[in-house]
Amino acid sequence: MEPSLETSIGQIHLKRPVMLASGILGISLDVFNRLYRSGAGAVVTKSLSTEPWEGYPNPTIFSVKGGGWINAVGLSNPGAPNFAKMIEPNKDVPIIVSLVGSIPGDFEMMVKQFENCKVTAYELNLSCPHVAKVGLEVGDDPELVKKIVTAVKNTTNVPVIAKVGLGTTHYLETVGTAIESGIDAITAINTVRAMAIDTETQRPILSNKFGGLSGTPIKPIALRCVYEISSKYDIPIIGCGGISTWEDAIEFFLAGASGIQLGSAIGDNWIQVFDEINDGIIQYMKRKEFSTIKEMVGLAKKS
Amino acid sequence: MQRNHNHPTIVTIEKVIDETPTVRTLVFSDEIMSDVLPGQFAMVWIPGINELPMSVMISKDSGKAAFTVRKHGPASTGLFNIKKGEQIGIRGPYGNSFDLKEGRLLLVGGGTGLVPMMRLLTFVKPTDDVTVLIGAKTKDEVFFEKLANELLEKNPHKVIVSTDDGSYGEKGFVTDLVEKLVNETKFDGIYTCGPEVMMYKTVQSAHSRGLFVQASLERMMKCGVGICGSCCVGEDLVCRDGTVFDGEHLSKNKEFGYFHRNKAGILENY
Repeated sequence: MEPSLETSIGQIHLKRPVMLASGILGISLDVFNRLYRSGAGAVVTKSLSTEPWEGYPNPTIFSVKGGGWINAVGLSNPGAPNFAKMIEPNKDVPIIVSLVGSIPGDFEMMVKQFENCKVTAYELNLSCPHVAKVGLEVGDDPELVKKIVTAVKNTTNVPVIAKVGLGTTHYLETVGTAIESGIDAITAINTVRAMAIDTETQRPILSNKFGGLSGTPIKPIALRCVYEISSKYDIPIIGCGGISTWEDAIEFFLAGASGIQLGSAIGDNWIQVFDEINDGIIQYMKRKEFSTIKEMVGLAKKS
Repeated sequence: MQRNHNHPTIVTIEKVIDETPTVRTLVFSDEIMSDVLPGQFAMVWIPGINELPMSVMISKDSGKAAFTVRKHGPASTGLFNIKKGEQIGIRGPYGNSFDLKEGRLLLVGGGTGLVPMMRLLTFVKPTDDVTVLIGAKTKDEVFFEKLANELLEKNPHKVIVSTDDGSYGEKGFVTDLVEKLVNETKFDGIYTCGPEVMMYKTVQSAHSRGLFVQASLERMMKCGVGICGSCCVGEDLVCRDGTVFDGEHLSKNKEFGYFHRNKAGILENY
C-alpha cells in the first residue's frame, strides 16, 4: 500500500505535512490557492494585526553570503478585518491564520473577524524578533502569554497554536505556560535575531538594522528545540526553521514534529519545493516501510 | 567566494547623465548586470535611504550597466541624487525576459518603462522592421528618442514620440497610436513597459486582434525573490513569474490594469 502523507497535529488534520510558514507570500487568496495546488498541506498567513501595517522601508530582506536569509519586513499586513474579507470566499485551502498583538483584547478582536471564514487553526506569533511591543516581547512575558492564550481559547473552538522562538525567556518555559493555558499545539521556532553590516559602505544592510535569521543556518537549532519540547512535554509540534529538503523534513518528524513549515526554501528553490519534499518523504517511507507520518514522529528518542 | 546574487554587491557610480530635468541615468561597472536580458531587474540599495527594484539600463561601454531613474518618492529621489563616485548596492538580476519574435516589431514605452525597451533593441535582428512608440506627458519629459534611433541605425525603423499635451511629436495618448498602428499592420511581436494603464490598453489592442504581445510589469517589491509576496498580481508574483507576461495570460488576470497593492498589501484601484 502507498504510504500516506496525511497527518494530525492534535485536532488539526492535513492531507500533507508541509506547510507554508507565516510571513511568506501571504497576502492574496489566489496565491494561497496556487500554493495549495503546488503541494502545501496548509498555508499560514502573514501575521495579522488589528490595523493595517506598512512595515519597514527597504532593504527588508537579503541572503547571507554563507547561506540563509535575514529579514525585517516589519510584519507588514493589511490588518485582520481587511484580510478576513479577502479569505471569506475560501473553500478549499486549509488556512492557518497567524496573529500578532500586544494585549489579549487585540487577539479577541481579530479572532472575531474570522467567524465567517474557513479557518483551520490560529497561530499566535509570540516570537517575531524585530518588531517592538509584539512577538518576542510578548513571548518573553509568561503572564501575558497566559492571558492571551486563555482569551483566544475562550473566543473560538478552532485549534490554537503558539509559535515560539529564542527570546530572553527560555522557550521551554513559554511552551509550558502556553500548555497550562490550554494551547493545542506549538510551532517551533521563529527566525533568530541577527544582523549584517556592509563593509564597503560601513552600514547595517537592513533599514531596521536588526532582523531575523532564517534558512539552513538555523535548521540544527530549530531541530534541537523540537527535540527538547517533545522530550519534555506531550504536545503536538510543528517544526519550522531552515527546512529545505525531504531529509530535513524527516529529521523533524523523528525529533517529534507531526508537521513542518517552510519559508526561506521558497526564496532559494521556488514553490516546487513543496512537491519535491512530499515526493522525498513518500520515497523514504516506502524504503523504510512506514505507512503513516505518525509512525515516524519522535522515533529519534527511542534509545 | 562566488558572488551571492541575493546579497548586495557594492558598485561605484562612474557617470551621471541628465536625461530630462527629472530623469537621470547612473552608469557603473558590473559584468553581470551589463549582460542581463530585457525585462530582468535588480534590487538597488541606496544606503541609508531605501532599496528599489530597477530595470537594468544598457551602457555603450562593455562591462558597464546603468539605471535610469525618475525622481518621484523619497527612494527614487535618493537614487536620482546619487553623485559620481558614490556607492550603491545591487542584487540580482531577477526575473524573466521578453520572447523576441522576428519580423515586424512594435515597442511601446512610457517614462522609465523605456529602459527594458532600449535593452530589447540591442537584441533585434538587422532584418527586423521596428517601430518604437515613446509616450510622455510633455516635451520636457521625452528621452531616449535619439538613443532608439541610434540603436536601430541598421534596421528599417520608425521612432514616434507622442505627448499628452502635444508640445512635441504627435498629440495624444500613446495607446491611441497603438490602436491605430495595430489596425494598419500585422505585427509579429508587440512589447510594452510603462504605466500599467498604458500597458493594459496596449495589451488589449493587440490581444483582441490575435497579435503576440508581452508586457513587463512593475509592482511594489521588498524581497525580489518570491518570499514577501508584495508584488503579487492575482496568483502571479512579478519578481518570480515575471516581470514579463504574455497578453494571453494577462487577459485572464483580474488585477492587471485595475489594482495594485499598497505597502500594507491592501488592493487599491488605479
